[in-house]
Amino acid sequence: MVPLGYYLILAAGLFAVGALGAILRRNALIVLMSLELMLNAANLTLVAFARAHHDMRGHVLAFLVIAVAAAEAAVGLAIVVGVFRTRKTVAVDEINEMKF
Amino acid sequence: MHEIGYLHLIPLLPLLGAAINLILGKRLPRPVVHFVACGVVFAAATLALNAVFGDLYPLWKAGRAGVPAVSQTVYTWLHAGDFTLNLRLVVDPLAGVMILVVTIVGFFIHVYSMGYMAHEPDYPRFFGYLNLFTGSMLILVLGDSLPVMFVGWEGVGLCSYLLIGFWYQKDHNAFCGRKAFIVNRIGDFGFLLGMFLCFVTADTLSLAELRDKADLFRTVAWLGMPIAFWVGLLLFVGACGKSAQLPLYVWLPDAMAGPTPVSALIHAATMVTAGVYLVARMNFIYILSPAVMAVVALVGAVTALYAATMGFAQNDFKKVLAYSTISQLGFMFAAVGVGAFSAGIFHLYTHAFFKACLFLCAGSVMHAMGDRGDIREMGGLRRRTPITHWTFLLSTIAIAGIVPWSGFFSKGAILAGAFGAENPAFHAVGMVVWVLLLAAALCTAFYMFRLYYLVFSGECRADEHTKAHLHESPPAMTIPLMVLAGGAVVGGLIGITMVPRIDLVSRWLAPVFGTGPGAAGAHHLSLGTELGLEALALVIAGAGIGIAWRLYHNGYSDLVKALVLSLRWAHKVVFNKYYVDELYDLLLVRPLRGLAVLCHRVLDAFVIDLVIVNGSAWAVDFLGRGAKRLQSGDVQRYLVAILVGVAGIVFFASRPSASFTAPRQARVGAPWQADASPLLRSGRELTFAWDFDGKGKFEALGARPAPHTFAKPGKHRVTLKVCDRRFGSSACRETVQKVEVTP
Repeated sequence: MVPLGYYLILAAGLFAVGALGAILRRNALIVLMSLELMLNAANLTLVAFARAHHDMRGHVLAFLVIAVAAAEAAVGLAIVVGVFRTRKTVAVDEINEMKF
Repeated sequence: MHEIGYLHLIPLLPLLGAAINLILGKRLPRPVVHFVACGVVFAAATLALNAVFGDLYPLWKAGRAGVPAVSQTVYTWLHAGDFTLNLRLVVDPLAGVMILVVTIVGFFIHVYSMGYMAHEPDYPRFFGYLNLFTGSMLILVLGDSLPVMFVGWEGVGLCSYLLIGFWYQKDHNAFCGRKAFIVNRIGDFGFLLGMFLCFVTADTLSLAELRDKADLFRTVAWLGMPIAFWVGLLLFVGACGKSAQLPLYVWLPDAMAGPTPVSALIHAATMVTAGVYLVARMNFIYILSPAVMAVVALVGAVTALYAATMGFAQNDFKKVLAYSTISQLGFMFAAVGVGAFSAGIFHLYTHAFFKACLFLCAGSVMHAMGDRGDIREMGGLRRRTPITHWTFLLSTIAIAGIVPWSGFFSKGAILAGAFGAENPAFHAVGMVVWVLLLAAALCTAFYMFRLYYLVFSGECRADEHTKAHLHESPPAMTIPLMVLAGGAVVGGLIGITMVPRIDLVSRWLAPVFGTGPGAAGAHHLSLGTELGLEALALVIAGAGIGIAWRLYHNGYSDLVKALVLSLRWAHKVVFNKYYVDELYDLLLVRPLRGLAVLCHRVLDAFVIDLVIVNGSAWAVDFLGRGAKRLQSGDVQRYLVAILVGVAGIVFFASRPSASFTAPRQARVGAPWQADASPLLRSGRELTFAWDFDGKGKFEALGARPAPHTFAKPGKHRVTLKVCDRRFGSSACRETVQKVEVTP
């Protein structure tokens, strides 16, 4: 059986990749994908702890996160498509009009 | 004490009338307005008569021990801890005299106002205020405790302010109203302090209980004087404000800016006598301190003479009467000050009639003259306004003190009281007061007849237009004049002091006024002495009238002009009212106004407006301009901020709190116990590392280590490092405590 720590290290790695991607990449689609990575890193820790502690609540929460992530992806992609239609770009650093 | 159920209606009915006229008055037709206003006062007068003659008189007649009184506890007003304050109304012989004066004189002045104010557009407001005043005055008179009296006291002050400034569109009137209110506030402050002192001394504010505990006021002393002195002095400050005595009289002459019925009702007959009533009401305290009695008597007597001399050179009809009122109030204070309480109240009662009548005559004359009150333009009105002339003459004789008019008896009682006064604190006070009052009586007779001759005899000095319009007033005005003049003529017959058996006033009031070191009446004077005193007073009054006749019986005589010229300097001082208003202006008003301007410029305009109000807005603006740069619109920066914030929260939340209890001092070789075990209750998985000598070497000894012994004396730093095992070495916190180790 794989020890808990391995899962957690993997999840931490995935989260770090996702966080860096979300912070550093300019393409809105890649940022969305990075968000998915972070969510799935969280899912992985949930499932890993659930398995280690024999507690089904972790699995249930992971399903909830997947469902929310699907909705978020749908809304996020729709926004990206909408932005692209009006501005012909999906670079997040160029979409910065929401300020003072 | 006899309980009756309708006392509360006596003040309530006028208050109800005020509510109707002030709230609905504008929509009511005029006849309804004055019917309501006069009707409620008439009803109150009926109830007052019933209370006094129906219920109080039998009790008085029975003559049991104590003060005969009927009362009603309306409800409990305040209840806090041991302290209970009831809204309780009491009619005893003293309050009985007052409610009769207030309701009966008040009723006739209400009736007079129907005629006098007939052309006034703001008719309901006037009657509303007048009713409100009557109700407040009745509360003041009937109240059985100082706070209830104070409610009435403030109520009448408010109405006085509202009515002086009734024609507030004129700046001057509004100013006079404010002046009256502010000067009264100074007096009210004294009243309040006196009330507090009563409460501190006797733990009660009810008059009946204060009377029972009066001994306390003699035995407890402060600054070498019994508390009675201080209470009396403070309440007298209040009385000075309300009753226009030196040095707080300055508002009353200006109060003449109000409509004339107001001057008659409030500023002559009733409200201004409230101070005299207060002193008489609190007589059981005053008589305990001869010193304060002497103060009251001297202030009263000096005011009586001082104000009377100011009447010499005034040219405004109502101003002369105003100074006369101040002077007569001085007589009353002198009376209560020498212990002749019933003489003071007697004069209050006779004064209410003749002074109300004089003021109403003034109103009638001004009505005829087209609202002008300058006596230099009058003269010869005898023929044009006969009823006003006769009633004025009768009242003038009364105030001058000619037998058998009412003023003769009441003034005689006061003079006899002063002559026979014995004051252990200041033996000569009776004589001093007597001489001053005698001089004041001479002046009174002189200036009142000067007024009479200048207005009613000689040739009319008005212009042709005014002369053509001279007319007698309508019956609504003349009937009250005749009734009040009748009172002024015969009202004194109920108090013939020379013959104690028919001196009803003294006998009626006797149960209320106690005896004590300060209260020595004129009872021991022999009949011969009294008759001699009365004759002297009569001669004095006759002399005053004679001088007035010589100088003014045919308008301003040449002798007057010569006198004014030769005494130019004195005339100027008196004409300018001794420059007291100017003195107050210089000493009080200007410095206070300067202070106010300073406060306005520095505190208000600079500190509050500029620094606090604008400053806070400016600071918010400044911070906002800085903080808006954080909102860059770049979503990835926001993400960084979120990540950093979450990391910070996790870091700080993972660190446990650290603290331990231990003695601040220890001895070398003795065990010293440190204890951090309360931290174990936090539910964390904690490790405890201790460093007892500050060398940085930690030992894991648990939350409650074994007692430590220090090897060396001096100051030691004990450090505890607490870590949460679940988060590794990053989640630690340290705490340090200094220990003083003695050998």
